[in-house]
Amino acid sequence: MTDGRPVGIEKKRSTAVVPIRIPPDSPDPAGDLRLSDVDEWGRSERFRAVARALYEPIYSKWFRVEWEGLEKVPTEGGALLVANHAGAIPSDAPVIMHGIEKELGRPVYGLADYFFRTVPVVGTLWARGGGVSARPANAYRLLKEQGQLVLDFPEGTKGPSKSFTDRYQLRRFGRGGFVEIAMRAGVPVIPIAVTGSEEAMPVLFRVPTVAKALGLPYFPITANLLTMGPLGIVMPFPAKFNLRVLDPIDFHVPPDQERYSKSRIMEEAERIRGLIQESVYDMLRGRRSVWFG
Amino acid sequence: MASRVLVTGADTFWGGRMVQALEADPSIEVILGMGTSAPSVPFERAEFVRADQNYSILNRIVQATLVDTILHTFMVTNSVGLSQRAMHEINVIGTMNLLAAAGASGSPVRHIAVKSSTLVYGSSARDPSTFQESTPRAGPARHSIERSLLEAETLVRDFSEDNPATLVTVLRFANVLGPHLTTSISRNLSRPFCPSIFGFDPMLQFVEEADVVRALLHVTLGQIPGLYNVAGDGRLPWSEVASICGTHLIPLSPYSPLKIHPLARLFDLPPELEDLLRYGRGVDTRRLSATGFEYLATSVGAVYSFIRALRLRRAAGKSSSSYTYEHDVEQFFRHSPSVSGSTDR
Repeated sequence: MTDGRPVGIEKKRSTAVVPIRIPPDSPDPAGDLRLSDVDEWGRSERFRAVARALYEPIYSKWFRVEWEGLEKVPTEGGALLVANHAGAIPSDAPVIMHGIEKELGRPVYGLADYFFRTVPVVGTLWARGGGVSARPANAYRLLKEQGQLVLDFPEGTKGPSKSFTDRYQLRRFGRGGFVEIAMRAGVPVIPIAVTGSEEAMPVLFRVPTVAKALGLPYFPITANLLTMGPLGIVMPFPAKFNLRVLDPIDFHVPPDQERYSKSRIMEEAERIRGLIQESVYDMLRGRRSVWFG
Repeated sequence: MASRVLVTGADTFWGGRMVQALEADPSIEVILGMGTSAPSVPFERAEFVRADQNYSILNRIVQATLVDTILHTFMVTNSVGLSQRAMHEINVIGTMNLLAAAGASGSPVRHIAVKSSTLVYGSSARDPSTFQESTPRAGPARHSIERSLLEAETLVRDFSEDNPATLVTVLRFANVLGPHLTTSISRNLSRPFCPSIFGFDPMLQFVEEADVVRALLHVTLGQIPGLYNVAGDGRLPWSEVASICGTHLIPLSPYSPLKIHPLARLFDLPPELEDLLRYGRGVDTRRLSATGFEYLATSVGAVYSFIRALRLRRAAGKSSSSYTYEHDVEQFFRHSPSVSGSTDR
């Protein structure tokens, strides 16, 4: 009080902190920062290598796949592969993707209905394995900008959902969107005819009410389900798969146009459907047995 | 050349960063920061004006200060902790009033740059893998934040058509990660457990904090009009983001509505983030790159930038750089005749 110090100021240790300026961070640009190898499409090469190894016995031992005219698939540059689609859970997609990758060493991007993406686990595995949802923008980006092989089934879900009594009768080829994309991207369409897919998982009948309740595009009762029980949900019969690659079709129109003639598109789509249908019938004529080809 | 710039939302994270970035450029003569509350970072030569979020005094400010450029950073792009109404007021009504003032007759404004978000594209199963600026959304807006941003962008587009003499830029930023910014994503990633939707591992694209500032500066100083996506190169799955950040994913059920999910309450999971954690989003950034903009960081680089700063904070504690805005002090430094120009702070 009376020691001369001004009142109110007590001896206190300073707690002031020296202001620190943290220098901006500079992450080491050397070395890859990524931990996984998932690319912009959600594909993972590591995953695909495992999937290929697992699928190989199904491809060569179970379905005993045989190709005809595989040399018509270009070894570089974009091309749109178009095939007929059948069997409740269609095996034609993995067979074509695996086959071309195995024989030509080129990856194939399979387009599928966006419904796939909404299914937990399945959607993620589908993307990691090389599946892409069938949006025109995706197909264009793959074909034009990245020069990849893209596989499309223009029948959509109408192909796999049709019953066994309609087997090998190709459905409408959508609205010809695949032709328009090929025109816009300036790439050829390569039709592929597939036999064996119908018998691998024949649809006996459909239950639309269950499909509606579960939010599925269709709910088939398959022969596999009746003979193998729950296993039949995923297990196809060992039908022999034959595939025939037809001559590539060029449209000879300038790419990247605002619009293409709708009548030309529909005409080309119908022509390609006709070519595949004809080849399928031709292949069936030469087929002695469903199981041995 | 922009020389008199008004920055909206100067009290917010992005407004503050933009004011500081503009201050570093000597060719900018006047910088005005507008905000609803006191700025959280110190400004050196910028003037701060307090205004309500409807910018009712903006017209007078624009006329009085003759600003030629408006940098509209005050757009809410994260719906956490904000009511639908408040979001609408800020994003839609705020933008509307701003544009009304900028488009008034005799207005000196020649360029408006708006900070928007790739939220306008939404996130759904029907999306293309990569959105271009011209790609429409796959479906109608699902969340109020998306609706309000879309509405604000529509106002900006209409303004641009009605005022061809004024340059208009809209930048759509991907999810931002960086050393300083706090978002729902960064909050989740900084905890030991982080939500994911079971069976989904979406591809995400990020932009680094510094690149956000640089992109806004690039279009402001270069007076580049147009609509641009801004995002770092590359995409990575959410699971990889989580493992880089050293957090564990807790899968939430994809079917039960997350709002009543007992675990969802533990997380900071606004509805737009829930969509993103299912389907992700990717954008094409070539249009902005074509104007000469170069990114410092890729998507994965942004994640590292965030986690490296977080690790430093965890180890060394928060840097004590708190700043409190005091109006009288700031006015003194700027306008008192006793303060000589060079010793300006």
